[in-house]
Amino acid sequence: MAVIRDVMPAFELFQPNSIADAQKLLQQHGADAWIMAGGLDSFDWLKDRIKRPKAVVDLSGIGELKGVRVSGDGIEIGAMTTLTEVVKHPVIREKYSLLAEGAELAASPQIRNQGTIGGNVSQDTRCWYYRGGWPCYRAGGNICYADTPTGRNREHAILHAERCVAVNPSDSAPALIALDAKFVLRTPKGERIVDAEDYFIGPDIDITRLHILKPGDLLTAIRIPSTWAGARFYFEKVRDRNVWDFALLNVASAMHVSGNTIESIRLSVNGAAARPLRLRAVENAVRGKPATTATGEMAGRLAVQGAVPLQFNAYKIPLMRNLVKRAIGGVEEAKWAS
Amino acid sequence: MGILKPITEWATSPWGQNVPIHIAWFLIWVAALAGLLFLIVHSIYVRYFAKREEFAGSAPTTLAAVLPKQIPRHSLAARLFHWIMAGAMFTLLVTAFLPKVGVRFDWVTYHWIAGTVLTVSIIFHIIHASFWLDFWAIWPDKADLVDALRRVRRFMGRPAPPPRRFAKYPLENKLYHGAIIATGLSAIGTGVFMLFRVRTIFFTRNPYLFSDMTWGMMYVLHGLAGVGLIGLVMVHVYFAVRPEKLDITKSMIFGSMRREFYLTHYDPQRWRVEASGSPSRSEGD
Repeated sequence: MAVIRDVMPAFELFQPNSIADAQKLLQQHGADAWIMAGGLDSFDWLKDRIKRPKAVVDLSGIGELKGVRVSGDGIEIGAMTTLTEVVKHPVIREKYSLLAEGAELAASPQIRNQGTIGGNVSQDTRCWYYRGGWPCYRAGGNICYADTPTGRNREHAILHAERCVAVNPSDSAPALIALDAKFVLRTPKGERIVDAEDYFIGPDIDITRLHILKPGDLLTAIRIPSTWAGARFYFEKVRDRNVWDFALLNVASAMHVSGNTIESIRLSVNGAAARPLRLRAVENAVRGKPATTATGEMAGRLAVQGAVPLQFNAYKIPLMRNLVKRAIGGVEEAKWAS
Repeated sequence: MGILKPITEWATSPWGQNVPIHIAWFLIWVAALAGLLFLIVHSIYVRYFAKREEFAGSAPTTLAAVLPKQIPRHSLAARLFHWIMAGAMFTLLVTAFLPKVGVRFDWVTYHWIAGTVLTVSIIFHIIHASFWLDFWAIWPDKADLVDALRRVRRFMGRPAPPPRRFAKYPLENKLYHGAIIATGLSAIGTGVFMLFRVRTIFFTRNPYLFSDMTWGMMYVLHGLAGVGLIGLVMVHVYFAVRPEKLDITKSMIFGSMRREFYLTHYDPQRWRVEASGSPSRSEGD
């Protein structure tokens, strides 16, 4: 069981100052190595003494992994760039404000100062049964404690649950999927670039991980093409309290609109499944239609098709329906009769 | 539980109990290597050391004139069952163990569907074999044991008369069938209950159907049966492709075997074939 202690279990600490050195260390230690970015997820695991890696590779000293680089075809964000830097970067605020909004809604200012974009997309799920150290599927066991008649599953998945019903907690992930970002990985076989949506995996593929990184792999940068720069964006995060909380659900959309007709759109939600979902069916359905409330309602209904609520999270279905509706049709202001 | 410790993985349940959660996955490699080792040793033995097969008496050549050229052995229903079961078994092994050795894909759905097909086919087989075939043909009898003893004594260079020709199924087949029954039914029996842990069309999920210890033992038994089947399937495929067994393999495809093969290896008294060519009741399974 999780017993929070002040002293972490012993491990060997490595602090490389180049990507090449980090890769060597990761390959050398394989599955025994733990990659630490900002440390916000890592220290929880280590202080709870649930994860006990033999080697921790701290990436904070690698300059190559930090900063935002602007090119003619978009931007490249180093994986160790803090969320605060992402939020405050003028080009991101001007052209890719969807990401700035998503990143700004993550946690608290202090956490955003320390947390990194790479860590935010790669962090582990917050399911408390799993984080509590219980031997659930995700921890290598044979049961999901949340998916039981009495399990506390208010925050858990309504879509694509496969034995495990944990959800991905990232706020920046859906924004990056909507912006058609590419994730740059360094693997033992060389550099690999994957679409943002393909970086994340569900329990049907691997029940113990939320992303495709294998031992020895490293996320080095996130590239955002200029395709969606300055598009019409929408980001909304719903949480129990408006500071320092993980999303119950969030939605991110990027639309190219001509007149009021949706020419093209990318739409993603997170908090509904173990991976952020790109809603392709919805995108196809609304393309060529007016960006109105009626289209939004149709899109919302389509978005939740196939959703299966657990004992305590049925509210997520109308919530997701409405978030998708607002992402497409906009937010209707409250109308006062008098 | 002591003997299980080295071959199982354990965890602490929310109630503080130490419970097994599944087999240790290195057993996959142990089973595969054991199967491979058997294949290598057997093929070397057959190639360099084995003596020519000898049976008591001579083949009844007079029968050749009255028997059909192709001796019916497996009915269409029996063959369909065999190949459906084989397809389900391969699917089960691939979907169970490839993810454990690093090949990631959506395996659970394929696994429980293949398990369902296997279960239904086994139920069919039990009913079919009990009421339409010679149920006892696949179980060892006294003659099998006497002949086995003769073969062992001769193998060790001790005096013994040559063994008789086989009944429809040699003792090795019968023992293999017994091993498949033990492992297969263990996997199926536990697998049916494990369907309560995943979302299927059959049951409402109920992971609290049993205690954590019972569930754990069920997962361990399922895993042990599964790795056992790795070795058994390897051995089965190996014998199926061995040149001297090809007549038997072909009979599982086409339903019959050559008359010469039948007369050389089988005892017409123990596996009766109608002279007209129509199979007797003990045939066609």
